[in-house]
Order: sequence, then C-alpha cells, then structure tokens
Amino acid sequence: MSSAEPTRRDFLYIATGAAAAVGTAAALVPLIAQMNPDASTVAAGAPVEIDLAPIAAGQIVKVFWRSQPIFISHRTQKEIDEARAVDVNSLRDPQSDEARVKPGHDQWLVVIGICTHLGCIPLAHQGDYDGWFCPCHGSQYDSSGRIRQGPAPLNLYIPPYLFLSDSKIRIGETETAHT
Amino acid sequence: MSGNSTYQPQSRFMQWFERRLPIGGLIYSSFVVYPTPRNLNYWWTFGGILTFMLVLQIVTGVVLAMHYTPHVDMAFNSVESIMRDVNFGWLLRYVHANGASMFFLAAYIHMFRGMYYGSYKEPREVLWILGVILLLVMIITGFMGYVLVWGQMSFWAATVITNLFSAIPVVGESIVTWLWGGYAVGNPTLNRFYSLHYLLPFVIAGVVVLHIWALHMVGQNNPTGIEPKSEKDTVAFTPYATIKDAFVLVVFCILFGWLVFYVPNYLVHADNYIPANPAVTPPEIVPEWYYLPFYAILRAIPNKLMGVMALGASIVILAFLPWLDTSPVRSARYRPLFRQFFWVFVIVCIGLGYLGSNPPEGYYVIFARLFTIYYFAYFLVILPVLGLVEKTKPLPNSISESILGVAGPTRAKA
Repeated sequence: MSSAEPTRRDFLYIATGAAAAVGTAAALVPLIAQMNPDASTVAAGAPVEIDLAPIAAGQIVKVFWRSQPIFISHRTQKEIDEARAVDVNSLRDPQSDEARVKPGHDQWLVVIGICTHLGCIPLAHQGDYDGWFCPCHGSQYDSSGRIRQGPAPLNLYIPPYLFLSDSKIRIGETETAHT
Repeated sequence: MSGNSTYQPQSRFMQWFERRLPIGGLIYSSFVVYPTPRNLNYWWTFGGILTFMLVLQIVTGVVLAMHYTPHVDMAFNSVESIMRDVNFGWLLRYVHANGASMFFLAAYIHMFRGMYYGSYKEPREVLWILGVILLLVMIITGFMGYVLVWGQMSFWAATVITNLFSAIPVVGESIVTWLWGGYAVGNPTLNRFYSLHYLLPFVIAGVVVLHIWALHMVGQNNPTGIEPKSEKDTVAFTPYATIKDAFVLVVFCILFGWLVFYVPNYLVHADNYIPANPAVTPPEIVPEWYYLPFYAILRAIPNKLMGVMALGASIVILAFLPWLDTSPVRSARYRPLFRQFFWVFVIVCIGLGYLGSNPPEGYYVIFARLFTIYYFAYFLVILPVLGLVEKTKPLPNSISESILGVAGPTRAKA
C-alpha cells in the first residue's frame, strides 16, 4: 500500500481535500472583507474644499477629511526659513521643506494631524521647533511637520490636495484630477 | 491521577440518567474524590477565584448588554443611563468594571504562583501554555470592554492600541484600516468591539475547560514540586480543597466589595467620564492598571517597531517558559538562588507598572529601560543559566515526609 501506484481513491481524497480548502478560503473572503470601510464610509470620504482666505499668517487651523484631522498652517516667513535652514540629511525622515509644500505656495503647509507614532493628535505651536508637540509620547514636529524628536518614526503625512486658486484648496484630490 | 469513579447514584432517576449521560460521575470524579496534594497552600486557591470571576463577568456583562447601545452618538449616554436610571445599574456596572481589575489581580497572582513553584515544568507545559492563551484573550477582551464606554480614554486607547499594528512593515496601514472599518476609530470600530467583547468571554470559558482538563490529566503541582507517590500524599478535593477555596473566595470578595462600594472609581481615569472627542487628545493617555507593565515596556524602547515587538514578546515569551527554565527542580523552596531572582522579577513587574503610569521622561525612562532589560534577561539568560549552575537543596522523599518530618510514614492516614 505504502509506495504503490496512486489509486483512484488517492485521487478522490486529494480532490476532496482541495475542494474543501478552496471552498473554505472562498468563504473567508466575505467574512474578512466585511470589516473594511463600507460604501457609505468611502462615499463620505470624498474630497472637501477649504477656503484659505480667513486663515491669518501664523495661524494653524484644523479641518476634518475622512474623519482625520488635517492641519492647515499659514506659515510666517520665519517659520519657512527655519524649516529650510535644516540640513535635510540630519533628519530622521529626510525630506526637504520644498517637497512638502506646493510650488509657489510656500506659506501653506497641509498635513494630516495624526502623530505617526501611535495616532494621537499633536498640539500646535508647542515644542522646540515652532511646530507640533504630541502629548502622548512626546514626539515633536517642526514647522514643516517633520519629526525632530521623540518616538515617532515618520514625518506628518501630506494628504492629497491641490490648489484651485491662491486661496482655495481641495483635499482628497491630486494635481491630475479634473477641476 | 484520574480519580477512580466510584459514583453510585442513590435515586432511581439518577441511575437511569447516569446510564445515558454520565455527567454525575464526571463531576464526582473531578470535583469530589479528585485527589489533591495534601500540602497545597493558599496560593493554590486562585484558580477557583478566577472561575468565579469569569462567571461573574459573564453574568453582569450579559445583563449590561441589555441596556447598552453600541453607537458612537449613544454609547456614552447609555452607560450613564445604566448608572442613573436602570435599577441596580450602578451596582452591575461597578461590579463589572472593578471585576475586570479583580480578575486580572487573581490571574497575575495565579501566574506568579506557577512561576515560583515551577508549575510550568514537565509534564505541565500544555497546561501552562493554555494559561498564557487565557491571559492573551483576557487582555484583548478587557481592552475592548474599556473602549465600549466611549469616553475620552476609551477612544484614545482604541486609537493608540490599534495603531500598534501600523508598525508592521508594508501591510501595517491596511491592517489598521481593516481593524477600524474606516479612516479612523469610529462607529464600525465600536460595533465590532462590542460584538467581540461579547464573544471572547465564551472563548475564555472554552479554553478554561481545556485548562482544567489538562490540569486533571497531569495533576496539580504542590509546594514541594515533587509528585504525590502514595495515597498518603493526597486528600480528596471535597471537602478539603472546596472549603479552602470557598474561604479565600470570601476574603477576596471583601476586597472586591470594598472597591465596588467604597471607591468604585479608584482604578478609573477621570478623563473617561468625558465623552469621546476625536478632535482632542487628552494630555496623557494611560491604560488600565493591569496593562501598565506592558505599556512601560512599549514606551521604554525609542523605536516604534521595536517597541511594539517588545510589547508582544513580553507576553509571548511566557509560553516558552517551560523550555527556558533548564532546572530539573520545580519548586523555589529548594532553589535558593532562583528564589532571589524570582523576587527581583516580581519587584521589576510591579516597578514597570509604576513606571507605566508616569510620563516617559527623565529617570522614568532610564528605569523603564533597566527593568525591561531585566524582564527579558530573566527568561532568556537567568533561567537557562541558573538551571545549569545552581546548587539546589535536597528534595524530600515524599510530600508527607516534607510535612511530617523524616520519620513521617508512621503517621496515620489523613
């Protein structure tokens, strides 16, 4: 029996087992997929338009997109200069300030206001770098939203957005999208 | 070790029933005539307490679920309504909330007992691993229950803990979105936590059955760490263990009652009486006391991924304890060096708890790092090496000899 020719019964065992395995895997798909964001959540995550005109220089406002806080910082010249004076290679997550803003809109920094450590909301205008300080575990971000100190591994994320005019942005769409 | 089933039902009905479902005999052999070592001390009573706590949590939890609403707009108010409007709602909720604390307290004592007397060693490895699984499911269940209150601490604990998974390279962010069912912690998250918080206690109950089954397969360990050799070494579970368990349970419930009736919010963070606000993070996020040692380990390590891995490893490493401890002698009674390292380990665990409740700065971080190093060194260095170099004291010939002196065997049977 041991090393004999495969029989038709062997084939049936393997075929039955394979069918059961594939069937179980297929049954797991909806059970797992149902936990991902549903259609209404995705629909509610459509782009939002923000008017920048009321935001004074030096002010940081918090808006929500996809239930995530978005910081819009109207930076002063001093804050921009500070962000650009840093040696990029000395940063934990090396990224130049120019790469974090839209060309010609240097004064506007738009970042997702969620600490990249464990998801708390950092506090604006606090910490040693003219940026943000996270009260949970002490991470500090500079005026470009880059991680400078503390346990967070990455800079504050930049959401997809584009300028519709000099004083209006749409969060949730990139440059390529139609207007 | 299986108790010889001498169960003889008295009534005609029970005789009829026993021939069809021998549950009377199972109970009789497992909890009446079951032989327990005669030298068990009070540290052996926490298994019974844990069983009581599990039943109590399930009973109060099922009742609370009749009044709770798992929706972000209503959850917090429904909890307040339980406290103010529902008949005896305040009692049921305080028992359930403080019950979680007492449950963990008993579990930790139960585990330290096992570690002191070497209860994890051959042939009790599977029994021990089932216990580690129970601890893990308890941790998940307790965390989800805390989130249901939907206060500020609930919301931000949910955010921080689910974000631990974002440390996983490549797939981390997708896993977190999947856990949330949205782009942040929200209503889908609350709903699924409610569903799982109701399910997991029954999973715990199932694993408890396996835990007790494994226990009755290999028999209980005892303070000498040597196996019972004759009938003189054991006594019947009932009345000896039953009455002892009952006595300690009453004492335990006095402490429990003091918490519930005199300081019901002593162990709760005040911020959790503020409704959840996704726009504002509280000034400090502190977990429940029973998670603080693990939280301290997470924060002691300055790298996110490493911190999360250390947190997970601090629990998983317990499952490997039977093979990390190389000493053939079970009980700390006969291991003078081990005993000292063990008590340092206990102090380190409590110290990590203290550090976890303090902000991660200055000396707190330094001590948290030192204690974290000791925590892992205890398992990975001290226990493997100690078993090879330690000179243990001579073991007694039998349990009854250890109690009655060397000339013991002449005494009458218990």
